[in-house]
Amino acid sequence: MEVARFWRTIGQRYRLIGEVCPNCGKRIFPPRDVCPACEQEARTPFAFSGKGEVYSYSTIHVPPEGFEKFAPYVVALVRLAEGPLVTAQLTDVDEDEIYIGMPVEMVTRVLREDGERGMLVYGYKFRPARPVRGDAPKSAAELARVPEPAVNPVAEAKQAAMQAVMA
Amino acid sequence: MRDVSIIGIGQTPVGEHWDKSLRELGFQALRAAMKDAGIERIDALYVGNMLSGELTGQEHLGALIADFVGLRGIEAIKVEAACGSGAAALRVGYMAVAGGLHDIVACIGVEKMTDQQSGTVTSALAAAADAEYEALQGLSFVSINALLMRRYMHEYGYKKEDFANFAVNAHANAVNNPYAMFRSPITREQFAAAKPIADPINLLDSSPIADGAACVILAPTAIAKEFTGKPVRVRATAIATDTLAVHDRRDPLYLEGGAISAQKAYAMANVGPSDIDLFEVHDAFTIMSALSLEAAGFAPRGQGVRLAMEGEIGLNGRIPITTMGGLKARGHPVGATGMYQIVEVAQQLREEAGANQVKNARLGMAQNIGGSGATVVTTILERL
Repeated sequence: MEVARFWRTIGQRYRLIGEVCPNCGKRIFPPRDVCPACEQEARTPFAFSGKGEVYSYSTIHVPPEGFEKFAPYVVALVRLAEGPLVTAQLTDVDEDEIYIGMPVEMVTRVLREDGERGMLVYGYKFRPARPVRGDAPKSAAELARVPEPAVNPVAEAKQAAMQAVMA
Repeated sequence: MRDVSIIGIGQTPVGEHWDKSLRELGFQALRAAMKDAGIERIDALYVGNMLSGELTGQEHLGALIADFVGLRGIEAIKVEAACGSGAAALRVGYMAVAGGLHDIVACIGVEKMTDQQSGTVTSALAAAADAEYEALQGLSFVSINALLMRRYMHEYGYKKEDFANFAVNAHANAVNNPYAMFRSPITREQFAAAKPIADPINLLDSSPIADGAACVILAPTAIAKEFTGKPVRVRATAIATDTLAVHDRRDPLYLEGGAISAQKAYAMANVGPSDIDLFEVHDAFTIMSALSLEAAGFAPRGQGVRLAMEGEIGLNGRIPITTMGGLKARGHPVGATGMYQIVEVAQQLREEAGANQVKNARLGMAQNIGGSGATVVTTILERL
């Protein structure tokens, strides 16, 4: 993995920042700049909650290059609470505990190693959802009901912070 | 637009050709097709291939093969659409002849995979998927199909063994195909006991990587009879696209690209699914056969597997599929596969399919799928 290529997508990979369509309100992940629902331009950043549920899963026994030391590992399609599907690994879970519909949450983990001298690539994986004490978990319906965030203050602030770091 | 027909076909055996290079495989298939058509010159060459750069360090296949076969100077380019490259090359050749730019055109599909270790090939194949959002997460191409299969089983209530007949049927048909890679039958028990690759997909759900090349020669139908007594008319060829990543699809269990491409082809040929006598599906994995049958209108959604369970996909069934072994047993040299499907449909329509001959076959169809459905090429051929 090339450093610049990874760096371009750090917001998405570390913080699940996608987009929201200012025209129809659809939440988009991964970001694609054109809304797949209404085909209007959609470049407003939107930070996803990281909550979702397993749509489907599979255990990989024959891995691609760069992932050998992790095999066997579980990959999944996760339906995010805000709507989109995302492709990711499941972690911190035994294979036989996984089921379709299982509630999961996003965590940051090492995705792959590019040999002894290459970089460690971090990104999102999902683990079984755990309620945090004092912070009642929101239901999927509640999360999906975010009202018309034409501007997402969290994502905006994060982007501003990132730009500041770069400048 | 001019009417177009296939006047010659050629193919190499599919398998592990350690003694032959990419260019030699292309040469062999092209020579066989030119000999079949009785010609010594062509006006243009379109080469379908997916992985030559990745696996052999060689791109620029149009000029490479044109020169190697002694046709230096002609128009020649490579056509790439992942595992849909073969039939996409036919589409490009069709456009050239139908549009009146060329009269005699060769379309090749060629792939050389077995020189490399399986990890390298697994990574290379993942390039058919979304590199940034599927492959980087550690997904192999097999596992993307596995995610679809698991969800399909969940939504429609199928068990793993319900898919067995796709593989059993393909192997049974490959027994009689001298060009097939695996000419041995398999049983349902062997299918159930096969080694897992990416759960629920096991080895016998999966088509093998392979080397091979196949070729057809196209000409205007008006002059086709000058070359062959058995021209096969190209009634339709259509390409449609969908998102590369499965997670971006409107419905992951519906091959929208497959449906659009089939609809375009039916409209172009002015026929419907009930007119089709045989269907070469893109059975890279058993689940893809089911999804392709549904997208092309041979079964309602969720019922593609039922066609296999009820024996309707055999040579005497309602819709014979993988009649020469399919990707599963003839083998899947990815960029060549679409052209093998077309050559096999032509064999059926020329009544040259031997023991696997579908009786009274007049219209045959092939659906060649790039990635997990991002490019779908549907071709309809007719016996003249």
